[in-house]
Amino acid sequence: MSTLLIKNGRVIDPSQKIDEVLDLLIEKGVIQKIAKNIQADSLPTLDAKGLVVAPGFIDIHVHLREPGFEHKETILTGMKSAAKGGFTAVCCMPNTQPAIDEPGTVGFVLAKAREGNLIRVYPIGAATMAREGKVMTEIGQLKKAGVVAISDDGAPIADAYMMRRVMEYANMFGLKVIDHCEDKALSQEGVMNEGYASTSCGLKGIPSISEEVMVARDILISQYTGAPLHLAHVSTAGSVELIRWAKKSGISVTAETAPHYFVISDEEITPYRTEFKMNPPLGTRKDVEAIREGLKDGAIDVIATDHAPHQEVEKEVEFDVAPFGILGLETSVGLGLHHLVHAGVLTLSQWIEKMSVKPAQILNLPGGKLSVGSIGDVTILDLEKEWKVGEELFESKSKNSPFYGRELKGKAVATVVAGRVVMRDGKIEEP
Amino acid sequence: MDWHRKHLLGLEDLSPEEIVSILDTAESFKDISIRPIKKAPALRGKTVATLFYEPSTRTRTSFELAAKRLSADTLNVTIAASSVVKGESLKDTVRNLEALKIDCMIVRHECSGVPHLISRYLEASVVNAGDGSHEHPTQALVDLFTIRQKRGSLTGLKATIVGDILHSRVARSNIFGMLRMGMKVHLVGPQTLIPRGVERLGVTVSNSLDDAIPQSDVLMFLRIQSERQKKNLFPSLREYSELFGMTRGRLQKAKSDVLIMHPGPINRGVELASEVADSPRSVILDQVTNGLAVRMAVLFLVAGGGREG
Amino acid sequence: MIEKSKVMDAQVLNRTLMRISHEILERNKDLSHLVLIGIQTRGTHLAKRLQENLFKVEGVRPPMGYLDITLYRDDLDRKASEIKIQKTELPFDLNNQNVILVDDVLFSGRTIRSAIDELMDFGRPERIQLAVLIDRGHRELPIRPDYVGKNIPTSLQEEIQVCLTEVDGRDEVVLLEKEV
Repeated sequence: MSTLLIKNGRVIDPSQKIDEVLDLLIEKGVIQKIAKNIQADSLPTLDAKGLVVAPGFIDIHVHLREPGFEHKETILTGMKSAAKGGFTAVCCMPNTQPAIDEPGTVGFVLAKAREGNLIRVYPIGAATMAREGKVMTEIGQLKKAGVVAISDDGAPIADAYMMRRVMEYANMFGLKVIDHCEDKALSQEGVMNEGYASTSCGLKGIPSISEEVMVARDILISQYTGAPLHLAHVSTAGSVELIRWAKKSGISVTAETAPHYFVISDEEITPYRTEFKMNPPLGTRKDVEAIREGLKDGAIDVIATDHAPHQEVEKEVEFDVAPFGILGLETSVGLGLHHLVHAGVLTLSQWIEKMSVKPAQILNLPGGKLSVGSIGDVTILDLEKEWKVGEELFESKSKNSPFYGRELKGKAVATVVAGRVVMRDGKIEEP
Repeated sequence: MDWHRKHLLGLEDLSPEEIVSILDTAESFKDISIRPIKKAPALRGKTVATLFYEPSTRTRTSFELAAKRLSADTLNVTIAASSVVKGESLKDTVRNLEALKIDCMIVRHECSGVPHLISRYLEASVVNAGDGSHEHPTQALVDLFTIRQKRGSLTGLKATIVGDILHSRVARSNIFGMLRMGMKVHLVGPQTLIPRGVERLGVTVSNSLDDAIPQSDVLMFLRIQSERQKKNLFPSLREYSELFGMTRGRLQKAKSDVLIMHPGPINRGVELASEVADSPRSVILDQVTNGLAVRMAVLFLVAGGGREG
Repeated sequence: MIEKSKVMDAQVLNRTLMRISHEILERNKDLSHLVLIGIQTRGTHLAKRLQENLFKVEGVRPPMGYLDITLYRDDLDRKASEIKIQKTELPFDLNNQNVILVDDVLFSGRTIRSAIDELMDFGRPERIQLAVLIDRGHRELPIRPDYVGKNIPTSLQEEIQVCLTEVDGRDEVVLLEKEV
């Protein structure tokens, strides 16, 4: 519970339509005062002159891999990676070994996070036992243990009946169901988006309808049951169109995408480089355009990362055999500022809304705003800083990023959690 | 000579001049096989390994013989497909082979892109002998060589490729190579076996063999694999051959100088009726014969004289 | 490269070839097994001219063939992309033939070594003799010509250029020197 005075920064809080140069005082981990020229000589101070002070960024879709896959990432290395990338909180998906499907595992994750004591970690509970789609988890118990949402991510909830019941049941506890939308009967053994690019390099395709059929199904179940729905990693033009329709029809649906879906298309994949293999796969240029459009018009509420670490030895294999997934936490801010804000797709305020305000609102998490009495989580950005991905080592245990060597403009230069600086100029400050 | 490449991974990246270099070189290698001593010392002291993760007697023996005719030492490594997932990683396998000082590795693998992957790990030259559904460049070079031999030139000829385009590496390599050499390419097959977006490669597509036959200078039939039937990509071999098989009746509708091609092995009575496979219009055995000369040319260019040392 | 001096003009070149033709006739009494084999490219044209000369003088036209020695070179690794393989054609049974191997310039001797190796792969000739238009020295192998148009001692900075009408549009031999 620390005290920190952040001076002279351009404070932006889209939730209150604040955008001006102000000082911000955090005491005992909570925001106490936001005003011009706060005088407090003896307090620890962070000079944010020329920088942007935003409510702490929250990534609601990451894979921390612990327990079970500690060779890829641990909760501690994942927290460091998040802090370095400018995130003050992450929500971790339950596809661990064992899955986060009972209160003991939830407790384990929270205990590890407390031990690491860097950023906030909110576990997401599995919808079905071992994420097998057969037996519903004790969602009430999971809620009590501390989960913030329900999902079988990594896999879809394939059975429509199960999806309906999980949504209805989780809604009693105010928990949203997050679905990984993929019709496995359509995606089959596919490894990249089906289209010109997969055809010319002879790789098995995943049709865009594999995602869209599931998005449509989930939207209709949400409409029928009245239970809210959150769609994970939306990647196709058709999905954006369906979400737009659902929102217009008053259905309680929200959606996220990830930076790679608004930056690279399937035609920019370096042939057979597995750093470009993720699920859902990179779409066509048309899909990339539609995702940007969806971010702009609000069809897509949130930018998450789907941070999915894998070891080099696991990725240095045949494209067909390599696991799906790429790193996201340490490149998200740079990619967003460069390809959305500086490119004129979103205003700075709109982008911050999708990185912090909306994630907090959708999963009902603390933060997402800079108002007196709310938690002292802050992300500090240098909009003009030019950097190259990979010039500094990743904090993540893995290296599987398709963005190596990319030159970006804009970076998080400090991460503040409950008034404590956990990252400053790229260096993690451990407790 | 227009050849400066260390590897032959596919035809997609080759220029027309590079393709001509291979075909011309192959031309001069044809004679070696009819000499009293069927051997030239061009690759003497070099070691050529065939690394096959998929069984293939034809392509492997053709490469092996090509290497031997050029006096290279040869090494055959066959790895059961099951070890792809379970056994030693691909990277370790090829690194181990390279530690034996192999100069050229000829690779066949069920996964697309494996030759590209291997070429990143190795100092040795890599020749793609067929990767997944991607490319089979030497087969397409053989086909181009055979067509050029029979028709003198390739420019302006119209080829129709018939069958399972979706899974065919022979089709992809031929599409890239034929288009690069100024031919027109038309694809015919059941819609379920036409890959999405293929038109953007510069080809035309239809589902009617009968419509395509009279306009074609080359009719190339692809092998249909019965396992595709299990995936419900077509209902039965009977219906397939009725719609897409070449019969004597259909041959009568073709141009009198049409060339009938098939990369082999043929399912007689399915893709081709026996009368068609054995007709004077069929150049299937020329394809096999020319395979040797073309593969000698490829090995010579990547491992021998074609490249800065 | 700059031209240093002219070694032969068209007239001298043709007179030289005629002299070699006479020497061949002198030393080979039995012409029934004689064959001419040119080394691609200029050796082939020289062999053709010798064949014509022999016909003019003696009324016989010995069979001729030509060799491309590329695949038998010992410097394939170093020579790289300039290599172009041409045809080898020996339209006769080589066994027991008396071969006159013809090339334009004799230098290190490595080309001739390659040519002899290649010939041996086609059969067992009774005898191989070597005819060259120019011998410029610098041998690296124990090879010696049987018929020489002209000996031109050269330095390694110099080069001999043989031009023939069939290939170059004119007949001449010049000595070139590297520009300093």
